[in-house]
Amino acid sequence: MSKARNFTLLFATLTLFWVLLNGSLALDVLVVGLVAATLIAFLFRDGLAVVSELRTSPRALITTVRYVFFFIRELVKANLNVARIVLSPALPLNPGFVKVRTRLKSRMGRLLLANSITLTPGTLTVDLDGEWLYIHWVTVDTADVEAATAAIVGGFEEYLEVMYG
Amino acid sequence: MDIVGGLLLVGGAAFLLFGGLGLVRMPDVFNRIQAGTKATTLGTLLGLAGIACLQPDWALKLFLIGLFILFTNPISSQVLARAAHRSGARKSALTAVDRLEEDHGA
Repeated sequence: MSKARNFTLLFATLTLFWVLLNGSLALDVLVVGLVAATLIAFLFRDGLAVVSELRTSPRALITTVRYVFFFIRELVKANLNVARIVLSPALPLNPGFVKVRTRLKSRMGRLLLANSITLTPGTLTVDLDGEWLYIHWVTVDTADVEAATAAIVGGFEEYLEVMYG
Repeated sequence: MDIVGGLLLVGGAAFLLFGGLGLVRMPDVFNRIQAGTKATTLGTLLGLAGIACLQPDWALKLFLIGLFILFTNPISSQVLARAAHRSGARKSALTAVDRLEEDHGA
């Protein structure tokens, strides 16, 4: 990924966000936005942009859409799960920190995986170390690495592997 | 549309309430973060959706705000949890296993 391409993508994304948030193309608004976007894009030209590592094949795009729906379903499940635990008088917990492994290689894929795990039922990514993720699990079903990987990572990885590799 | 928006707002408020209840009832900082992260994410998103129904002009901006929340909320939770673990925050006596401590120390 060249720095010039990173800069351009980040600059375009930031400018678009700025214009949409302001809902205006007035000169003063635009100038402020362009200056800010240029500065930020310059400072973070080595950084990763959400779009820069996304694959653009039709299969990857379709998978992205399916991933969004899968993610929303998991998000709702996570919330009902938390509500159920919090509202039950006995507070049924069996917390612990388990270790899981990911097949994903790209930085963006791993970031999205960690974020998705955090937002889904009973799991919270605490630390990342290369291919290893350490997860706080409210109800530990298994401390075994392979079994925990299948339970926590499995669903998301299939989608993210196609999207980011 | 007003009724749908109102229902979404009430639903969002309910999830935020569960999140608050979780903060009080959960036994340690990690479980509290879990309750805080999940319930507030969906609660806030439902709230934003409700406002979008009541004020359709704002829908695009509200959508962007929701996107920001979805990306930033889990990152802040993860960093808080990691900092808590590294600084040796008390873990609930219920904690069954701690692979992170086994591999990296408390």
